[in-house]
Amino acid sequence: MALLDLSGLVAGYGGITAIKGISLEVDPGEVVTLIGSNGAGKSTTLRAISGLIRPRAGRITFAGKAISGMKPHDIVSLGISQVPEGRGIFSRLTVAENLALGAFQRHDGEVHADLDRTFRLFPRLKERENQLGGTLSGGEQQMLAIGRALMARPKLLLLDEPSMGLSPVLVETIFATIAEIRREGATILLVEQNAAMALEIADRAYVIESGVITLQGTGAALAQDDSVRRAYLGEV
Amino acid sequence: MTPLFLAHGSAEFWSDQTVNGLTTGSIYALVALGYTMVYGILQLINFAHGEVFMVGAFAGYGVLVALGGEDISGVMVLVAIILALAAAGAASAVTAATIERVAYRPLRNAPRLAPLISAIGVSIFLSHLVDDGFLDGKSKFYPQIFPTGDLSAGPLSISYLQLFLIGSSLVMMAGLYWVVQRTRTGKAIRAVSESRENAALMGIDVDRMIVATFVLGAIMAGFGGVLYGLFLSSIRGSMGFLPGVKAFTAAVLGGIGSIPGAVVGGFFLGLTESVGRELLNEIPGVNLPNEWKDVVAFALLVVVLIFRPTGIFRQRETKRA
Ligand SMILES: Nc1ncnc2c1ncn2[C@@H]1O[C@H](COP(=O)(O)OP(=O)(O)O)[C@@H](O)[C@H]1O
Ligand SMILES: [Mg+2]
Repeated sequence: MALLDLSGLVAGYGGITAIKGISLEVDPGEVVTLIGSNGAGKSTTLRAISGLIRPRAGRITFAGKAISGMKPHDIVSLGISQVPEGRGIFSRLTVAENLALGAFQRHDGEVHADLDRTFRLFPRLKERENQLGGTLSGGEQQMLAIGRALMARPKLLLLDEPSMGLSPVLVETIFATIAEIRREGATILLVEQNAAMALEIADRAYVIESGVITLQGTGAALAQDDSVRRAYLGEV
Repeated sequence: MTPLFLAHGSAEFWSDQTVNGLTTGSIYALVALGYTMVYGILQLINFAHGEVFMVGAFAGYGVLVALGGEDISGVMVLVAIILALAAAGAASAVTAATIERVAYRPLRNAPRLAPLISAIGVSIFLSHLVDDGFLDGKSKFYPQIFPTGDLSAGPLSISYLQLFLIGSSLVMMAGLYWVVQRTRTGKAIRAVSESRENAALMGIDVDRMIVATFVLGAIMAGFGGVLYGLFLSSIRGSMGFLPGVKAFTAAVLGGIGSIPGAVVGGFFLGLTESVGRELLNEIPGVNLPNEWKDVVAFALLVVVLIFRPTGIFRQRETKRA
């Protein structure tokens, strides 16, 4: 059974219908990517999954439970964490406080151990522990955002364009981190405009255009697809 | 050498003005915290906050009367005041949480003017409910139980009551600062103040944190209400209006949204009304008696808004990388 199952999802803002009947699945342990150009409806899809916007139609099930219409904080407690577009760092909170908020709903005794693990994954964050989030560089903020989401021990991690605005070197670093998180068994839904990197890392991929899924397949297959190569991989 | 501005007053005079300014300033500061915290999280000016302060004053009054009123003496004075403060904090908290639920939450996504009008409506309703509904237009008087007497050293002199007001308000504000900076709820409140959506993605129940913000500010206002009653004795339903507007002024002076700013703004305003006014009186031809303190306070607000609209103590901005 799929961990996450969207079927016929419709959502938008005011008079705009941003996604028009999206269906997709993410199985446990998979890395699935959703690629598409700017304005295609990728963030809207993630925002609907996290409960930040209420779907107008369709169904979202997570681990067999219907979650559409639930409050965002209840969805987090079921095990879905999102790293939003633009990273969503609390700029007036310290790095340590940002990480602590990632574990906001946890009361188990292992939060501290997970903090150590996060600092092993991102040693830079350890150095900047007591600095305000707003003073970090873009790459450090992205590491903080991912580290913070992991502090919730999510069953499903939603990543919205983690490579956005980063230098090529930092993009490599971030993707290497995603690969590492994946090796530890995480399930990830990755939204990207950087299709090349996303397809390389993903088990399966969906292409979204103007709010509709137009293609799907394994990451490798889509990387070979002519229309994908033309539209998203910069080939003519 | 005697500084020029001491020309018309003794050292005792200026010392008294300073103590008076710090005393009223401590009440302004306590009340200002609620304005600044609610503004920080909702960008809403809670015009009913003065009435939250008033409810606290009455709750404290009720406890003091129930415990014997003027007959309270000895160590019971301390016990009674602590119980009065606790009751005031609780009553103000319940009042503020109810106001949030009934008057603001339904308007969360309405145009910004709507909750403002709702706030003014709640404010008028509560003050008239108490004055006309319960008190028939009369005032109540706090039992005068606090030990009288002064502590003096040279030209400096402060009454026990003033010392208690200033000292206890500083302790309460330190407590609030600790809650906001160190506790899980405090971190969550600060996160919600920065971004409701991103806070929700952390698993924070945004509505609960908004209520918690109202409650924390209300507890401070409730404490302030009891201190006000102990100091000025007379309380009534409309008592919250002027201190409320003054405390709001203090919050703006300090940079609305900033917690340290509200505290500094409160004391600054208190000192402006006393010391600042007397300093103006040093100018030949100027004579502003104590009744003019409100004029001085609001003139200061206007001047600050014109020249430094973000407040004297601009809220720290951190740039985003
Ligand atoms: N807050 C909003 N209000 C109105 N329209 C929005 C809002 N956010 C996104 N949109 C519109 O919804 C569509 C999909 O946006 P989005 O999901 O952000 O795309 P993507 O993440 O793929 O770039 C776009 O047409 C965009 O302009
Ligand atoms: Mg997007």
